[in-house]
Amino acid sequence: MDFIAIFSIFVLACFVGYFVVWSVTPALHTPLMSVTNAISSVIIVGALIASAAAGSPLSKWLGLAAVVMASVNIFGGFAVTERMLAMYKKKER
Amino acid sequence: MHEVAPINPWVALAYLVAGVCFILALRGLSSPASSRRGNRFGMAGMTIAVVTTLLTHELANPVEVIGAIAIGAVIGLVMARRIAMTAMPQLVAAFHSLVGLAAVAVAAAAYLNPGAFGIADATGQIFTVSRIEMGLGVAIGAITFSGSVIAFLKLNGNMSGAPIILPLRHVINLGTLAAILGLIGYFLTDQSPAVFWTITALSFLIGFLLIIPIGGADMPVVVSMLNSYSGWAAAAMGFTLHNSAMIITGALVGSSGAILSYIMCRAMNRSFISVIAGGFGADAAAAGGAAKEQRPWKPGSAEDAAFLMSQADNVIIVPGYGMAVAQAQHALREMADMLKKEGVNVKYAIHPVAGRMPGHMNVLLAEANVPYDEVFELEDINNEFAQCDVAFVIGANDVTNPAAKTDKTSPIYGMPVLDVEKAKTVLFVKRSMGGVGYAGVDNDVFYMDQTMMLLGDAKKMADDIVKALGEGH
Repeated sequence: MDFIAIFSIFVLACFVGYFVVWSVTPALHTPLMSVTNAISSVIIVGALIASAAAGSPLSKWLGLAAVVMASVNIFGGFAVTERMLAMYKKKER
Repeated sequence: MHEVAPINPWVALAYLVAGVCFILALRGLSSPASSRRGNRFGMAGMTIAVVTTLLTHELANPVEVIGAIAIGAVIGLVMARRIAMTAMPQLVAAFHSLVGLAAVAVAAAAYLNPGAFGIADATGQIFTVSRIEMGLGVAIGAITFSGSVIAFLKLNGNMSGAPIILPLRHVINLGTLAAILGLIGYFLTDQSPAVFWTITALSFLIGFLLIIPIGGADMPVVVSMLNSYSGWAAAAMGFTLHNSAMIITGALVGSSGAILSYIMCRAMNRSFISVIAGGFGADAAAAGGAAKEQRPWKPGSAEDAAFLMSQADNVIIVPGYGMAVAQAQHALREMADMLKKEGVNVKYAIHPVAGRMPGHMNVLLAEANVPYDEVFELEDINNEFAQCDVAFVIGANDVTNPAAKTDKTSPIYGMPVLDVEKAKTVLFVKRSMGGVGYAGVDNDVFYMDQTMMLLGDAKKMADDIVKALGEGH
């Protein structure tokens, strides 16, 4: 993909983000933060590539360290979001 | 355009699907009913992204990689399970710092081994576009990391919430920012390690410098802002790696954090620039203390409160962070349950900055089993105070202060507030008459004819009211 193609995806995703986030109910803003936290750890993709690549040992170890950090975030972020969302209950009628 | 290693269209498609799953994850949060399905979409997207990467890259040592994921998973799951809901802002700040540091590590790894990422030519020269992306990625990541660490320490109480004001801080900060941008520009012509690591070091420094002057009251904005930065860091790395899942996610998270920062600023009537410039809360005590005079106020007891509320048709509860600090939410919910049994219509009114981060109070009430359809946002409930019999304010102060609407000299002038003074009776639970809120201003509601001050610890007061309501039968 050339830069313009990637940049187009980025700009359009910003617009999608803008509209999707405004539609999030304020009651769920804390879970919104924890789940965005979890998904921004998709950076683990870069960490995996670095840790798998041969050539530079330092690069590999940085990659592995990033894999650990991103995993903490992914598992922790989704789990704590799930825990919070499970608490939201409707009135029993 | 330079040659980029050909990308398998199926792989690109898989990352796109992951990106779409992340959009659906946020979309699910538009209502509590669909929110858990949304979270599952998020997990599915992440699984797709990780599995695709693992399948398409030859793993030098699978044991190490799987081990690293497992270590992270255990730490993350334990943290997620143990954390108290009141400590959620600290947890989120800690998570942000990890995203930031991971971005720095990935950018550094890409810098050290550009061939593995397909961003360098045969002679090891990193492509120009990639250098900008890498430079921005490492800078934003480092700022996110050090800023979040300071935010964590302030929120967790390891560091005073009072702003730390350095002399000439604006000059230092702007100078450092200019130096970072200048070096990223220079990085285009010279990819030597000294340039890259100086950018990294300066970015760590500026993250630290940007957050230390910001006071505790502004932390909701800071946490949202760092949320946004962590997204932009992920997006920058997505550009480096030509990965659509990372770019889509980065854009989503970046906009999300930016919107939340905007909502928090609006709720406090603070401009984004003034929050960033910092120093709020440093001189507030002086501003409010001037006009202090002894004014008569009416004390009340738990029994009085129980009687008044049980006789009411409509009660609106206004909880603030003080309620959560006193751990009064369960007692409060019990009180509401007893009132409901007596036929009283009970609602909760939440100010956007009632907690320590966006939506924090809603989570705390949900944890105490308060149904979410009894909890209303400021703009949805504010005109109901005029028709309500009792407004029960517990642990909140500044967000009920009518001075925000009338007194142009007040430090909180212009901030949207809950119109509790319009209720027939106001019951105001407060530790003592001496203390003032974050902004350090006196609240006229205390001295109004229809106000009864219930002095004491919020949890004990709620417990006593529950007891009094029980004896009423």
